[in-house]
Amino acid sequence: MKLTILTGVTGLLLFVVIIELLRRRQLGEKYAILWLAVGLVVLPLAAFPRLFDGPARALGVASGISLVLFLGFVFLLLVCVHLSWEVNRLEEETRTLAEDVALLRTETEARAVSDQQ
Amino acid sequence: MINNKRVLIVTPAWNEAGAIYQVIRELRGELPGADVLVVDDGSSDDTARLAHAAGAAVAHLPYNLGVGGAMRLGYRYGRDHDFDVVIQLDADGQHDPRYVPKLVDAIDDADLVIGSRFADRDNDYRVRGPRRWAMRLLAAVISLIAHTRLTDTTSGFRAANRRTIELFAGWYPVEYLGDTVETLVYAARRGFRIRQVPVAMRARIAGAPSHSPIKSMIYLGRAFAILLLALIRR
Repeated sequence: MKLTILTGVTGLLLFVVIIELLRRRQLGEKYAILWLAVGLVVLPLAAFPRLFDGPARALGVASGISLVLFLGFVFLLLVCVHLSWEVNRLEEETRTLAEDVALLRTETEARAVSDQQ
Repeated sequence: MINNKRVLIVTPAWNEAGAIYQVIRELRGELPGADVLVVDDGSSDDTARLAHAAGAAVAHLPYNLGVGGAMRLGYRYGRDHDFDVVIQLDADGQHDPRYVPKLVDAIDDADLVIGSRFADRDNDYRVRGPRRWAMRLLAAVISLIAHTRLTDTTSGFRAANRRTIELFAGWYPVEYLGDTVETLVYAARRGFRIRQVPVAMRARIAGAPSHSPIKSMIYLGRAFAILLLALIRR
């Protein structure tokens, strides 16, 4: 029973936080859908903790809980790799913008000088 | 104009207020026919003002990008203003501007010319320990790829022709050593002709070189990593 409460509260909390962030427009749909999907997996586990025992045994994993932990770990790892990739892309974009700003400033300054002469 | 070529000298500078004025004055004096662009790489000191006062055009990066970022900006400027040759020359006074015409001459039968500190036997530029092994290894591997003998692959004194300017204006890595080693591998693998010209180095006007053995080992590791990545990257 305690496990049901723990899993249920965690799943609900995740839902509430994500929907609140969406409502305040602080999270784009792209990531919101990802985390809502995680919530959809966690919530049924509250009602049926043995839900994953069948698929776990089919994959050679001793219990459903272990399978959930393993999949959770792989999922988080993938999210981290994705975020690193995303940060890299943003860095490349801001770098290009910084160069553009520098070039534009140099052009306008040169034009101002030649206008004065 | 130097030897009928429009030459742009790009000097990336990050907090070089101690040397920049003198370096640019000397450049202007030795090479009155060349344009000089100082790329102020987000300096917090007087670098930009002093470079401007010494007679250089100055491009301000809003924050520090590193030599690679500053140089891509320089190549983009060179491309947009139709320069025939872009020369990279450091702001600390180690590169002697009197070698610039030699580099410009060598660009006639090469796409990228490197001012090498080790090509000349009686050169007094010496490096020891892991840093030396790293430089040797890099030189050996890149010479193989470029089909020519290169002895100094980490030199920041180089000349690029029109074709190379176009290449580097679109692609130039920001990582440390990427701006020297990776660009050479990248250009060589695309069939660009690379040549070297011996140059003598001078003592820097301001700033200190690093000699700690730990730093040298880290340098060796990074050199390996950059080289391997450059070889497997598309």
